[in-house]
Amino acid sequence: MSQSAITVENLSKVYRIGLREAASDSIGRSLIEFVKSPVQNYRKYRSLYQFSKDELSDEYKGDDILWALKNVSFDVKQGEVVGIIGVNGAGKSTLLKLISRITPPTIGKITIRGRVSSLLEVGTGFHPELTGRDNVYLNGTILGMRKLEVDKKFDEIIAFAGIDKFLDTPVKRYSMGMRVRLAFAVAAHLEPEILIIDEVLAVGDAEFQKKCLNKMEDVGKEGRTVLFVSHNMAAVTRLCQRGILLSAGGIIADGEAHDIVSNYLTAGMGTSAAREWPDFDDAPGDDSVRLRAVRVVDGEGQLSEGFDIRQPIGLQLEFDVLRDDQLLMPYFSLTNDEGIMIFSTIDQDLRWHTEPRAPGRYVSTAWVPGNLLSEGMAYLTVAMRTTVRKYRPFHEFDAVAFNVVDKMEGGSARGEWVGRLSGAVRPKLDWTTEYRAASKAAEG
Amino acid sequence: MNNVTQQDMVTVITAERGWKFIDFAELKNYRDLFYFLVWRDIKVLYAQTILGFAWAILNPAIQIIVFSVIFGQVADIETEGIPYLLFTTVAIIPWTYMSDSMTAASQSLVAGSQMLGKIYFPRVMFPLTPILAKLVDFSISLVILVGVMFYFQVTPTWNLLLLPVLILAMMLVPTGIGMWLAALAIRYRDVRFAMTYIIKLLIYSGPIVYSASKIPPDIRFWYSINPIVAVIEGFRSCLIGTPIEWQYIVPGLVSAVIIFLSGAIYFRRMEKVFVDVI
Repeated sequence: MSQSAITVENLSKVYRIGLREAASDSIGRSLIEFVKSPVQNYRKYRSLYQFSKDELSDEYKGDDILWALKNVSFDVKQGEVVGIIGVNGAGKSTLLKLISRITPPTIGKITIRGRVSSLLEVGTGFHPELTGRDNVYLNGTILGMRKLEVDKKFDEIIAFAGIDKFLDTPVKRYSMGMRVRLAFAVAAHLEPEILIIDEVLAVGDAEFQKKCLNKMEDVGKEGRTVLFVSHNMAAVTRLCQRGILLSAGGIIADGEAHDIVSNYLTAGMGTSAAREWPDFDDAPGDDSVRLRAVRVVDGEGQLSEGFDIRQPIGLQLEFDVLRDDQLLMPYFSLTNDEGIMIFSTIDQDLRWHTEPRAPGRYVSTAWVPGNLLSEGMAYLTVAMRTTVRKYRPFHEFDAVAFNVVDKMEGGSARGEWVGRLSGAVRPKLDWTTEYRAASKAAEG
Repeated sequence: MNNVTQQDMVTVITAERGWKFIDFAELKNYRDLFYFLVWRDIKVLYAQTILGFAWAILNPAIQIIVFSVIFGQVADIETEGIPYLLFTTVAIIPWTYMSDSMTAASQSLVAGSQMLGKIYFPRVMFPLTPILAKLVDFSISLVILVGVMFYFQVTPTWNLLLLPVLILAMMLVPTGIGMWLAALAIRYRDVRFAMTYIIKLLIYSGPIVYSASKIPPDIRFWYSINPIVAVIEGFRSCLIGTPIEWQYIVPGLVSAVIIFLSGAIYFRRMEKVFVDVI
């Protein structure tokens, strides 16, 4: 198990941007330019895929060069399931294309040990005029299967796709859904040593997606090496042990998938699970109370940015009281990614609703029960309320952010469901079912 | 996992772009896919037609009839005593193959650019696929050839032994030109437009409707460099049994091999950047 399946060393991919349109993509224009300036023309002509030492050096300041990937190195062991995440343009797809040999690296080296199948798109090579049967063979071999392997898996593939009746119908007469199912069924039955997947889970209905997720989980368990690019963080945390976070063409984090996902979800937001104001003079507030820290903690009181949806989350406010002339009631509100306020809450320690606080440091914690918040980001706004209307010594919007993740291990409101589950909150409700057998119902 | 295969297959991907030839070992690894791609081309060609593969006979047959009427009857071209129908049939059969496969091979990369960006397999399979797929049409159209030869009671001669070499040359020419044009067309859009004319020029310069002996002796060598001349003249001598004109055939065969080798090397050199210049 310790042998590497994929070794990536100092990998860089450079694209020339802007020049593309201006470059000599017609011989006629080339010729004119050639007469004008042969040397310049020659450079332009090659520049789409050839780069000078100067252009590749760190000092180069021109803006026609884009480093889609820069100096990326990592190693994937046999049997590892690795999720690659990052915002659009971070270099994920470029990385997969390089490993899939679709486009060559500008610098660096990739060593792959084993048979690779890459799935950058479902249904590559599907031909509308061919029947379902023919397309299974064609697509299967395109994805790297041998004909014999397709023979063996054929019945399974058809059953998985659920298109037995339409086997000998040209694919052009299939519905979109059938096409996608057939394409994924072929892909799901690949048995390469190394599988490279890009965003394929974004297709099909929820039930089919679940089928695919389960199938992919099996693939991972069978000891295959999988590289998986997705925007579906739930799928990444469920399927992958390890995550690699790309940003602007470089690896910014590499580790446990769960950590990387929460890292990704909080990165770039300018907020994290804790915010402290060590310098008293900068701290929000006035001469009666000052905000010193806001934190989001787990059940053990540890700081955390990513929470299991089933676990309680502690919202913590630390403040210094300077004068005892006010009734002070800490206040929290949570907002989700869509800007919708999930709830607001005010201090439930009722003693302080009537009794002024003596000067000193206070830490108030509000506990959000498990199985209440939805998956995704939550932004915490904190304030100090008083009995004086409109008087708030401090009010910090989106002071910190954290992420709620459903690991899909059961015990959440999802149950066995892996599809979309909308709503600002996701309480795990008690459900009951009443059942009457069909015949009795008719009698009654 | 299966450690044997793991160690067997080590792929190293780097930026290097050397001068390489077709990697036959790699092609062999992809033989199943190659087979299905060729088979797809064959199957799709006559999909949803009533006549199906009969078109493979009809296409050249119509051409032969048109040429026989126009050039044989109306223009009354001199054919050294060979009946015009026979004279033109032995030329049109390989000519149709070369023209069709050359066009398809040259357009293969542009036509397959969708797949090019999504999956890896040896890029040379793009132009090679139509070269093999069109052989089916060629084989079917041989029916016409045999029919016409039977009708004119042509008795086979020892020249027929040359046929395998000529068929090989007939495949080499569109392969070589196809690789050149395909690799160029993906970078220069001009080539996509000019391609039709380049191919027509190559094809029409061949002695299809007229006999190569009509070419003035002083330019005969330059004329015979066109590999299509060698293939057509070769087919004629080989099938009808006229004396083999080596002066036409040898230069053409040599240039066919040169075009093939250079095309393969150029294609291999450029193949890595295809995706980046689409």
